[in-house]
Amino acid sequence: MTHAATVHSLWTTAAAAPDKIPSPHIEYGQLSPTLIVIGAAIVGVLIEAGLPRRRRYAAQLFLSVVALAAAFAAVVGLAVGDYGTGKAHVAAMGAIAVDGPSLFLQGTILLVALVAVFTFAERRLDPVVHGNRVDSFAAQAAAVPGGEAEKAAVKAGFTTTEVFPLVLFAVGGMLVFPSANDLLTLFVALEVFSLPLYVLCALARRHRMLSQESAVKYFLLGAFSSAFLLFGIALLYGYAGTVGYAGIADVVDGQVRNVTPALAGTMGNDALLLIGGAMVLMGLLFKIGAVPFHMWTPDVYQGAPTPVTGFMAAATKVAAFGALLRLLYVVLPGLRWDWRPVMWGVAIVTMLGGAIVAVTQTDVKRLLAYSSIAHAGFILAGVIATTPDGISSVLFYLAAYSFVTLGAFAVVTLVRDAGGEATHLSKWAGLGRRSPLVAAVFAVFLLAFAGIPLTSGFAGKFAVFKAAADGGAGALVVVGVISSAIAAFFYIRVIVLMFFSEPRTDGPSVAVPSALTSSAIAIGVAVTLVLGVAPQYFLDLASQAGVFVR
Amino acid sequence: MENLIGLLVAVPLFGAALLLCGGRRLDGKGPYIGTVLAAASFGIGAVLFADMLGRGEHDRALHSTVFSWIPVGGFRADVAFQLDQLSMTFVLLITGVGTLIHIYSIGYMAHDERRRRFFGYLNLFLAAMLLLVLADNYLLLYVGWEGVGLASYLLIGFWQHKPSAATAAKKAFIVNRVGDVGLSIAIMLMFTTFGSFAFAPVLAEADRAGEGKLTAIGLMLLLAACGKSAQVPLQSWLGDAMEGPTPVSALIHAATMVTAGVYLITRSGAIFNAAPDAQTAVVTVGAVTLLFGAIVGCAKDDIKKALAGSTMSQIGYMILAAGLGPIGYVFAIMHLVTHGFFKAGLFLGAGSVMHSMNDEVDMRKYGGLRRYMPITFVTFGLGYLAIIGFPGLSGFWSKDKIIEAAFAKGGTEGWILGGAALLGAAITAYYMTRVMLLTFFGEKRWVPDENGNEPHPHESPGSMTFPMIVLAFGSVLAGGLFSLNDAFVKWLEPVTGHSHGHSPLSAAAVTGGTVVVLVIGVALAWAQYGRQPVPRTAPRGSLLTRAARRDLLQDDFNHVVLVQPGQYLTRGLVYVDHKLVDGVVNGTAASVGGLSGRLRKLQNGYARTYAVSMFGGTAVLIAATLLMRAV
Repeated sequence: MTHAATVHSLWTTAAAAPDKIPSPHIEYGQLSPTLIVIGAAIVGVLIEAGLPRRRRYAAQLFLSVVALAAAFAAVVGLAVGDYGTGKAHVAAMGAIAVDGPSLFLQGTILLVALVAVFTFAERRLDPVVHGNRVDSFAAQAAAVPGGEAEKAAVKAGFTTTEVFPLVLFAVGGMLVFPSANDLLTLFVALEVFSLPLYVLCALARRHRMLSQESAVKYFLLGAFSSAFLLFGIALLYGYAGTVGYAGIADVVDGQVRNVTPALAGTMGNDALLLIGGAMVLMGLLFKIGAVPFHMWTPDVYQGAPTPVTGFMAAATKVAAFGALLRLLYVVLPGLRWDWRPVMWGVAIVTMLGGAIVAVTQTDVKRLLAYSSIAHAGFILAGVIATTPDGISSVLFYLAAYSFVTLGAFAVVTLVRDAGGEATHLSKWAGLGRRSPLVAAVFAVFLLAFAGIPLTSGFAGKFAVFKAAADGGAGALVVVGVISSAIAAFFYIRVIVLMFFSEPRTDGPSVAVPSALTSSAIAIGVAVTLVLGVAPQYFLDLASQAGVFVR
Repeated sequence: MENLIGLLVAVPLFGAALLLCGGRRLDGKGPYIGTVLAAASFGIGAVLFADMLGRGEHDRALHSTVFSWIPVGGFRADVAFQLDQLSMTFVLLITGVGTLIHIYSIGYMAHDERRRRFFGYLNLFLAAMLLLVLADNYLLLYVGWEGVGLASYLLIGFWQHKPSAATAAKKAFIVNRVGDVGLSIAIMLMFTTFGSFAFAPVLAEADRAGEGKLTAIGLMLLLAACGKSAQVPLQSWLGDAMEGPTPVSALIHAATMVTAGVYLITRSGAIFNAAPDAQTAVVTVGAVTLLFGAIVGCAKDDIKKALAGSTMSQIGYMILAAGLGPIGYVFAIMHLVTHGFFKAGLFLGAGSVMHSMNDEVDMRKYGGLRRYMPITFVTFGLGYLAIIGFPGLSGFWSKDKIIEAAFAKGGTEGWILGGAALLGAAITAYYMTRVMLLTFFGEKRWVPDENGNEPHPHESPGSMTFPMIVLAFGSVLAGGLFSLNDAFVKWLEPVTGHSHGHSPLSAAAVTGGTVVVLVIGVALAWAQYGRQPVPRTAPRGSLLTRAARRDLLQDDFNHVVLVQPGQYLTRGLVYVDHKLVDGVVNGTAASVGGLSGRLRKLQNGYARTYAVSMFGGTAVLIAATLLMRAV
């Protein structure tokens, strides 16, 4: 809190007394996970600039894996060093909170990113082109789809190794997002991780037009929502005279420390608070894909290269929910009687909307997109609990859900026909007869999505619903269970389709992946089953991590 | 010694597993393996018996806990055995008669391709029946109870290629389920009343529970006994069960399994003693069934069905005796044992006759067989004399005691029960004489079978006649030996208790009465079937005869009272399920699908629409937040 005040005074007193600017104090050790990842991303850019094309893939892959692993080690080191609980505090002049939820979510994001990088690097699924093994990304992103330049690039065996630094930049932003402790840091982090994602979405090797369309839509709508977010930030600043979380919370609680003369007219005006809060909330709800801000999700999930979809669906959700939790629990707890009913409504339409529209989907990627919307609703139920259990159940759910999602999209990359991935559900008929292992693995993920016991999905859903019920949101739980029942229908329908339908003669073939995708899927299955069979250790971990610092 | 008890069950169980899983390699040796294992079980029983005789009267019971089966909180079920005089009696009967019937089956089933399986089922039956009588608690007894039901089902339907056999097996199984429900409810009631279902605590504390509870438990146990022992109103399956191979009828549906109900009631004596209303129900069932079975037995031309009616009737005697309380328990068991001998012998004799008559079962097509099958004739004849209660033979001793005990019940009830028992004795004499005359005396009324083969009656092989001879000895001597010095009463008294009632008639008068009705019954049968020729096709007969031929309309009764309403009920439920439940389910699914179809149209692919949705959403969000504050 004192730091927040310091930052604030930095802005407000700078013009009057330039000689009093204190040199910023940065805790490099505590920020090391982010710094490692961003640093590696910059090195990645240099590699693109300096290294010959054929060496870049190996170098980038090595760099990304090492950076993500090192950053994860740094997170573990901080957690072991008690920065998650006892020594939790606000670092970097009040901009970054280093506390339990930050470290838990950063660890989750880093692991997810590490596994996602494996799927990014997969080069055995697409057929060999002119003697070159290629990945899921366009040969040359800037070439016009179907044009001469593209053909030349394909012939030359180009690959877009820029995806690796892009992912690292996105991960860097995501690491900051849930730990941002003032609104400006929040906004910067949002842009840092969003912009690389827009680009990544446009990079599909197959169906390039669809891919580019999705990227443009994502960019347009993302910019639109960023505008709302930014405007909301401005209004909140007008209300509180600060962008620091703790400072705003103090004003909400009625403890105004120092009234800024320039803002005397607006400070403490509840209309600004309510409207600004709702707009910031909307910006975050867009990222988590809550109804009615969800409409980009199916189009982008479908159009983006599938490894990107998997990464985006898993990691973005973790980061965005982290930020949402911090906003609601740290900045606006004093306002919860205002936002809880509204969030109730959002959660209900999100759960029901996602589940109901998913019923009639025919494309597996779109199906998973709607499924992710429904799951966002379930997680919102945990957020609304406004209890410590609510925080820890959401943390656990995010960890569980992200690995199921990654694994499921990784399986989608395997099922292929002549046109690339065969995502139309009708082509998955009878897959269980032809490729029992792949179908069984996908079935495990679907059962986890559906929340069947002995999978992580059950443990997570149980945790959030229990927290919601204990937090006085029983009706929400009823709606959640009804939505789960509807959702179970389309998950099980895919299983029925795979195992109890006759295989199509023109059905897809299942490509044999390299160790990269195989290990990504194996990790997904392992996490799904371990968190399902023995969730207690991880629930305890989430429970320990579930305290925000102010 | 205690460990031998478990072995007693384990040996035939091992045999069943070996024979049923052993595959074709054991086809040839199977019957011998099964027989040897049954005999081994009998040997173990004999050792235990000798050991038991060596101990004092009151510490004869052995107890052995094998393992804790279901320990859940306060709920505790053990696999534990209890071997006392009552169990011992059953063990010897089951393994003894069982072994003889195994031997008999070697000859009887010699030409059956699936005989390995048959012996496997027989061993399975032995194991289950031994479990039933050795269990030290009702839950384990229930396991044995279901086990014998399963074995009975498998053996009745052994010739499942015959639709009638398959149907009969199903019928037996389903009717028995009704009784089994009774047993399971009784066990649950015991657990809620006594907190346990082991014999020791339940029976020791029986008189402390309320009479209403005990009556309920007693009636449920009676329901179970009715199912297993083919007593009215659950008697309908036994006649059809004769579709099974004859050794099965002898072992399971005459000597042992069908007497399990008598065991259950005797074992639960403490409960019935404290619940007079339940006892009244028991004696009523016994008296009604002994007459019912006897009447049915008079009208049947199928030799096995006539014997089945007789079995029903004789078990009716036992149930009646068991319902009399301490006056009757001992005699119920004594009659059970002697009946085990002579009824098994009679069935084996019937099997021997069928074996030599091309599997013909209609007695009207027998006649004059005594010259062709002397051993069968003599052993069957001794069994016949025993069952009608010819003075000095086994049945005389045991049945006479039951009739005496029925009178000793006292009051009007005593007269009614005694009268019924006496009337039953007369009818028994009549229908058994009829069987005897139709089969072994008179003219040959043989007809060729459907393939045109003339019957060539001949004596059966040694493996079949040997058991018949042994059982004939039992039929003649057992009753006398048991009654010598009241040996059997003294043997069982420590377990079941015994008291003498106050009979309004002297023992001599009762005995005289039984002999008189015996003579009347035999004379009537002689007049009808001995003095005049017997037609090959049955005459139309009186109304009662025709009803008795149809088992006194039991199936018609069940059809109208149970089957039809049941069918209407299921049809109604199916209708409700289709229209209402499915309607709601499918309606919900359809409306979700329809909603989904409409909502997905909103997802039209235009970024502008999406932006409008976001804008609208934000507006609603803001409006709602402001509204919340305003409210």
